[in-house]
Amino acid sequence: MGRFEPKILAFCCSYCSYAAADLAGAMRLQYPGNIKIIKVPCTGKVDLIHLLLAFEQGADGIMVAGCLEGNCHFLSGNLRARQRVNRVMAILDRIGLEGDRLAMFNLSAGMGARFAEMAREMYAQVLKLGPSPINIARETAARPIVEVAA
Amino acid sequence: MIKAVPKPLEEIIDLVKDFHKVLIVGCDGCVTVCEAGGLKEVQVLGSSLRLYFTQAGQRMDIDETSLTRQCDQEYLDQLKDRIDHYEAVVSLACGCGVQYLAERYHDKIVYPGVDTCFMGVDLERGVYAERCQACGKCILANTGGICPIARCSKRMLNGPCGGSEKGKCEVNPEIDCGWQLIYDRLKILGQLDRFEQPVDPKDWATSRDGGPRKIVREDLRL
Ligand code: SF4
Ligand code: SF4
Repeated sequence: MGRFEPKILAFCCSYCSYAAADLAGAMRLQYPGNIKIIKVPCTGKVDLIHLLLAFEQGADGIMVAGCLEGNCHFLSGNLRARQRVNRVMAILDRIGLEGDRLAMFNLSAGMGARFAEMAREMYAQVLKLGPSPINIARETAARPIVEVAA
Repeated sequence: MIKAVPKPLEEIIDLVKDFHKVLIVGCDGCVTVCEAGGLKEVQVLGSSLRLYFTQAGQRMDIDETSLTRQCDQEYLDQLKDRIDHYEAVVSLACGCGVQYLAERYHDKIVYPGVDTCFMGVDLERGVYAERCQACGKCILANTGGICPIARCSKRMLNGPCGGSEKGKCEVNPEIDCGWQLIYDRLKILGQLDRFEQPVDPKDWATSRDGGPRKIVREDLRL
């Protein structure tokens, strides 16, 4: 196996973290390129099944980034998102995946530097956890069995 | 409506672990409303099981569906062309739905995926409370619209008992005393005189004491 490059998904709210990511780019701040952003109208749009399916499809880590608490454009979308993130973390812990592969962050559109920092934090966390057990299992299953003559 | 809670994942994993093709069937009725067994919960359970068995290196095909109701034959019939593909079925309907599914597909292994709790109401999202025990002869007209059978821990017909304290039940201080509620409501309605005559013993034959129950409505049958 080569060097582990984690696949990390970021569900970003269009009102805050998506704009913050944009700002981080405009500010030429460095953050790991492994983070793939999915823009959502509000983190309240992210349901349990979206997070679980992303893990099924091979994500090593997922971050959900919504507005600061109290600042959601839809009032409670980010609070619902946090609750769902917590529920999925609990599920992951019970099915052999680490709950820490998932994290919720809150920031505002002006926090470009925070976005870059958050992305680096998540990258470091997933790097420490290693590849998702799903990816390891799939790779093991796909590996050809080599008969070694005695 | 009927209220249920999802069974712990570990319990469901243990039930299905010896199979390779499993169908999860939700119900769009009561269990969807209490977020225990609707299509969303079916998908979350399906995905969780796939993740579990994949990381454990075990082959497991899991399919998902949900029926309008599992307590009606005509909806259960919708599974007839596909149910043979599966070794076992996990039903997320209430206990009635699980049993009716098992009855309709007699040779199929059917497991319950939820714990069915009671008939109740939604106090708020995620908080449900019992209100009726289906005694078969409703006496709400005499009790201020508050059921002593479902809401008095001792199902007393002439309450309260001596354990009622400051409006709470002696069984658990979290529980309102049903008879205090009845008293307060009858007072508002100006019907406190109902307390002057003891209520006659109830005929429990219409409840579970008469054995499993069945309704036959000749006026509805063809
Ligand atoms: S099967 Fe149970 S949960 Fe589904 S509609 Fe019927 S009573 Fe309600
Ligand atoms: S009296 Fe019987 S039918 Fe009426 S609410 Fe109570 S348990 Fe239900």
